Amino acid sequence: MTSYLIRGARILGGEPADLLIRDGRIAEPGGAADETIDGTGLVALPGLVDLHTHLREPGREDAETVETGSRAAALGGYTAVCAMANTSPVADTAGVVEQVWRLGREAGLVDVQPIGAVTVGLAGERLAELGAMATSAATVRIFSDDGQCVADPRLMRRALEYVKAFDGVIAQHAEEPRLTEGAQMHEGEVSTRLGLTGWPAVAEEAIIARDVLLAEHVGSRLHVCHVSTAGSVEVLRHAKARGVRVTAEVTPHHLLLTDELAASYDPVYKVNPPLRTAADVQALREALVEGVIDIVATDHAPHAVEDKECEWAYARPGMLGLETALPIVLSVLGERWELIADRMSRTPARIAGLDGHGGSLAVGDPANVTLVDPAARRQVDAAELASRSRNTPYAGMTLPGRIVATFLRGEATVLDGKAVK
Amino acid sequence: MAYSQAAHPPSTALPDVPASEKVILSAADIQRVVDRIAHQILEKTSGATGTVLLGIPTRGVPLARRLAARIHAFEGIDVPVGALDITLYRDDLRLQATRAIGKTELPGGGIDGRRVILVDDVLYSGRTVRAALDALNDVGRPSSVQLAVLVDRGHRQLPIRADYVGKNIPTALAEKVRVRLAECDGGTDEVKLLGRTA
Amino acid sequence: MIRHLLSAADLDAETATLILDTAAEMAALAGREVKKLPTLRGRTVVNLFYEDSTRTRISFEAAAKRLSADVINFSAKGSSVSKGESLKDTALTLQAMGADAVVIRHPASGAPHRLSSWVDGSVVNAGDGTHEHPTQALLDAYTMRARLGRLDGLNVAIVGDVLHSRVARSNVLLLSTLGANVTLVGPPTLIPVDIAAALSKTTRVSYDLDSVLPDADVVMMLRVQTERMQDSYFPSAREYARRYGLDVPRMRKLPEHAIVMHPGPMNRGMEIAPEVADSPRSTIVEQVANGVSARMAVLYLLLGGKA
Repeated sequence: MTSYLIRGARILGGEPADLLIRDGRIAEPGGAADETIDGTGLVALPGLVDLHTHLREPGREDAETVETGSRAAALGGYTAVCAMANTSPVADTAGVVEQVWRLGREAGLVDVQPIGAVTVGLAGERLAELGAMATSAATVRIFSDDGQCVADPRLMRRALEYVKAFDGVIAQHAEEPRLTEGAQMHEGEVSTRLGLTGWPAVAEEAIIARDVLLAEHVGSRLHVCHVSTAGSVEVLRHAKARGVRVTAEVTPHHLLLTDELAASYDPVYKVNPPLRTAADVQALREALVEGVIDIVATDHAPHAVEDKECEWAYARPGMLGLETALPIVLSVLGERWELIADRMSRTPARIAGLDGHGGSLAVGDPANVTLVDPAARRQVDAAELASRSRNTPYAGMTLPGRIVATFLRGEATVLDGKAVK
Repeated sequence: MAYSQAAHPPSTALPDVPASEKVILSAADIQRVVDRIAHQILEKTSGATGTVLLGIPTRGVPLARRLAARIHAFEGIDVPVGALDITLYRDDLRLQATRAIGKTELPGGGIDGRRVILVDDVLYSGRTVRAALDALNDVGRPSSVQLAVLVDRGHRQLPIRADYVGKNIPTALAEKVRVRLAECDGGTDEVKLLGRTA
Repeated sequence: MIRHLLSAADLDAETATLILDTAAEMAALAGREVKKLPTLRGRTVVNLFYEDSTRTRISFEAAAKRLSADVINFSAKGSSVSKGESLKDTALTLQAMGADAVVIRHPASGAPHRLSSWVDGSVVNAGDGTHEHPTQALLDAYTMRARLGRLDGLNVAIVGDVLHSRVARSNVLLLSTLGANVTLVGPPTLIPVDIAAALSKTTRVSYDLDSVLPDADVVMMLRVQTERMQDSYFPSAREYARRYGLDVPRMRKLPEHAIVMHPGPMNRGMEIAPEVADSPRSTIVEQVANGVSARMAVLYLLLGGKA
């Protein structure tokens, strides 16, 4: 195994120091290494962990595969991603989650941790075999019908209760379906102007409010996917103050983009939950800093060209995120490296129960490391992305921060900004 | 969003170099010329019976009105006056920004069976008159059509000639004839020849 | 000149007035025996209709033909992205055919915007989803001006299902640009959120039709689809008609000169009583005739000059 000496990098933004990676772990500096990397000006972070990735395999390999998505993740500085269950077939059995898990191991670019569906076929009618998925080779701990809300309150209660047996967590896509029938974008001034059916903030907030009360009632863990509104932040703040075991994520796009972008009717800006207002963006940023929102998760959602180069109403919702997440968070939070490491690596690893990820780059830790050049600025070029899809809303934007290298348990997956395999 | 006002005939924009200006007809000249054409019309049309004057917007319209007024002053005859906009019949629409269209107003009795005298300020390529003949064809069937112009500057591109000409002015292609009439342009009447000094 | 007409917001007061003035000239020409003008000879106008709308399609077709354009009717009804050709592929086909203008009617809001990014010709929005219908607003403004002599300062009440109405959106934008005061009237469930901020700051909202009528110069009744009942926007057709329908007693509350408009097709007995629709105040038939003139003006101004 190649050993690497990174000279003079700022570990978690601290003073420049040497970082030695040997035999898959962080080693005591000193002695020679096979490869030396000049770390001057670079920042070393624990490898990023994404709690919310759509890899599309099985079923839509034309949009993304476990391998292409893993490569995009590594290039974005990730060492672990949690693969959402809304594939075709749905990841609602041990067989499918093990298939995804195996594909991830074969690609070997990031740890691919499958998420299992809560209900059979994401239909919201009866529980999937959660226990079988938990005890499978994939050792599933997060269950989510993401893309669909577990809307039935009784079913949600049962799911929350049932996964306590194996310390599972339900990750809810909070969207009251009756309030969002036909919804195309955030309900507000812009949707009125554009004549697009509105997705009201209350459809998210009402489900979060219900779910935190359910989680409190049954004493279970709840994770809220892609929080998008200022009102949701208030509900979460209240729940956390009451001691509810709830965690929440925000996506990079909800931290940066607003519903005004829909005015182009270009579906590259169509996403679910939709882009919200500038006031929501501000509230989400503050909540992330404060910790009311625990983590950044990408909701990386690749889509084939024909699903985006069409009328807004017919387009599928979702945008790419893995390769641009860290630059966007950097541009939003600035160079607050401890905070970034916590929100993008440590806490997501803890929520997902991914041992070995989200460490502090201490000697003896598994060498899951990301090296970032914060001074570099890069213009996003959709054609250059490693993802099989091109639906990035950031094309043409110049963003700070370049991922120089990524190490997964001591193996370089990215060197010099390029994927190793 | 500006629209070019109908200018007849199509003129090239003046270059941004020192230009020469020469007054060809003064206000008094124009008055004399209109008087003369009015007399010629009376003479050639046996007292302007069964005659209609149709001005081509913009400046053909006030000219037609002046002619009618002078004919009335000389002989006490009321010649019907109207306007015939030719914008929608132009053959050069694609060469310029979209033009605002002008008014077409036919006099009460229409034009069928009458002698129509088209009135315009400048006769140049002949394309405006060609368009006017097409437009006329769509609004009625006159017994005959004549043409009166204030200035004929030559350079015809079509076999068209005027029956009444205020003044023949030999010009170069690069030059431009500018007509100003008090009714549309304010100030005093004037015809100028604008050209390059080079 | 603007290249496309996608939204009534594309028109500033000067351009909108020019279109109305041009429409007036076109209307005058419509009275002649020879209605055809040679203006757009050799130009191709494609009517691309993804929704059935015979009246709008015929109106555009008549407008284009009176200006001597070649008209190709491309009815794409029934096709969808999943089954038929995508809008983008259709756009590339039209592009190859050399369409100088594409008139598009589409059930999806924003489809004309998308189309305009894929073709070189002018795109005219003939109604997109619940977004806009700018030529309807132009013909409505034309009708108001023709009947009442002005637009500036007019009080216009637009009544009914504003939420789902592309006609209402375009009218609010255009009328506000031209200085009219627009009041939107309907049950709160059918008035979209933040409408004033979204369209025009001067727009007012009222839930009470009777209080609006005495000051109205124009009342525009919108079609209300009965299927809205199933979605609980209002309880019943009867209750809707009672609260927001324009019947004879309500019509009597209008000032002497006020006119009643409807973009059609009407639900007689629902939003408008038959006696009102057929009264001398009603401009419903004029609106159809004016539609051709307004669309001729739009086609001329988009296509009558250098591309």
